[in-house]
Amino acid sequence: MAPHGNPEAPASAASEINREAPKVAATNADSSTTAPASGPAVTPRGATEETPWSLWEVFVRSSRGLSHVHAGSLHAPDAAMALRNARDLYTRRNEGVSIWVVPAESISSSDPDSKGSFFESPQGKDYRHATYYTKSEGVKHL
Amino acid sequence: MASQNLQSVPAELSPEEQEREAAGQAYFDRIISEDSRIEPRDWMPAAYRKTLLRQISQHAHSEIIGMQPEANWITRAPSLKRKSILMAKVQDEAGHGLYLYSAAETLGQSRDQMMEDLIAGKARYSSIFNYPTISWADMGAIGWLVDGAAICNQVPLCRASYGPYGRAMVRICKEESFHQRQGFEILLELSNGTPAQKQMAQDAVNRWYAPSLMMFGPPDDDSPNSKQSMAWNIKRFSNDELRSRFVGMMVEQVRVLGLTLPDKDIRFNEETKKWEHGPLDWNEFKEVLAGRGPCNSQRVERRREAHENGAWVREAAVAYARKQAQKESAA
Repeated sequence: MAPHGNPEAPASAASEINREAPKVAATNADSSTTAPASGPAVTPRGATEETPWSLWEVFVRSSRGLSHVHAGSLHAPDAAMALRNARDLYTRRNEGVSIWVVPAESISSSDPDSKGSFFESPQGKDYRHATYYTKSEGVKHL
Repeated sequence: MASQNLQSVPAELSPEEQEREAAGQAYFDRIISEDSRIEPRDWMPAAYRKTLLRQISQHAHSEIIGMQPEANWITRAPSLKRKSILMAKVQDEAGHGLYLYSAAETLGQSRDQMMEDLIAGKARYSSIFNYPTISWADMGAIGWLVDGAAICNQVPLCRASYGPYGRAMVRICKEESFHQRQGFEILLELSNGTPAQKQMAQDAVNRWYAPSLMMFGPPDDDSPNSKQSMAWNIKRFSNDELRSRFVGMMVEQVRVLGLTLPDKDIRFNEETKKWEHGPLDWNEFKEVLAGRGPCNSQRVERRREAHENGAWVREAAVAYARKQAQKESAA
């Protein structure tokens, strides 16, 4: 395999997207001369039934040293496309140095109806906060 | 509370269900009265959900259709710089549409359904995008007046009670200010150019002024949904209030441009401390909303074409993703 990708395709971002181009061209070597320009593109026709793109949640790290923060969601057919879509949708102005995409269905969340009981434990436990301890007020460096 | 007026609990609910509904309503009312935010999985009144869905999806459609009047000038922008700026702006509009579709989806409407409604001509979008862009100066007037009005409308929506909507609006507002400034700059340059260029700028302002004022929606006494939206903290200010503020800002800015607003009745009312403007043609507004504006059918037709012509791309992406997945599982 040519180390620089498909020799017939220019070394651009487009050739990067079409990384498998040489293999496809090889298997269709005979037909590609007679087939119409769209020849190779029609080969995966078996999979054309309308499949809605699934939902992905996008997390963006705005700069080094910060955690990824939820930015929004989008639709994509797979993780690679989700990452590209996320880049185009959520980082048009250098908003990020790293992106995570997570299938929305993979996220488990606490039940919104049980918020009271689920988060009950820390309630009434003010002693977990520094502000609970007032006797040290005025003492330096404490 | 006003929100309960629209809430009719169906009789066929079992006692437990009724109890759950009542508890949900009480929780919802408390969140709203505390000026806190409702999140997607919270209980919410059916009418609240419906109102939001209507507003957010119309807003999303407006962004998507709003790409067209400006895309019309990309190939004819007067310089490479202006072309790059215009492309970035149109790309932003697409992004804004997608943020908003995501927000609408959290209310239980599928994105495909919203797309379908738009290209079937069933969904509404802002009347402003049904006007034609006939000169380059229109790019300036759209940025300055149309995006300016949009910003006025949208800044308070950042505090809308529905979390996903507010968050989408925060992102959108950050990006809109570039849109308005670039429009202002186009008009300023034309205004300082040749007399013909200045005339072109004035002509664009003359044509876009009234439609941009109408973007705030019908007058308060003719806006049936406004009161309820304000009670739910979706809207923070009335249509007329926002329109008046906008007029005040434009009065200042048009002086810097060296142009005039086509409205002799603009005045600052010392008593009410509000800006007032001349009469607007609300019949025209209703006609355009009803689908009889200058460009309605063209806009929807173009959107349908783009959607249908893009089908093979969506299908190919799915096929490619499937093939990659098969390869990975085989390896």
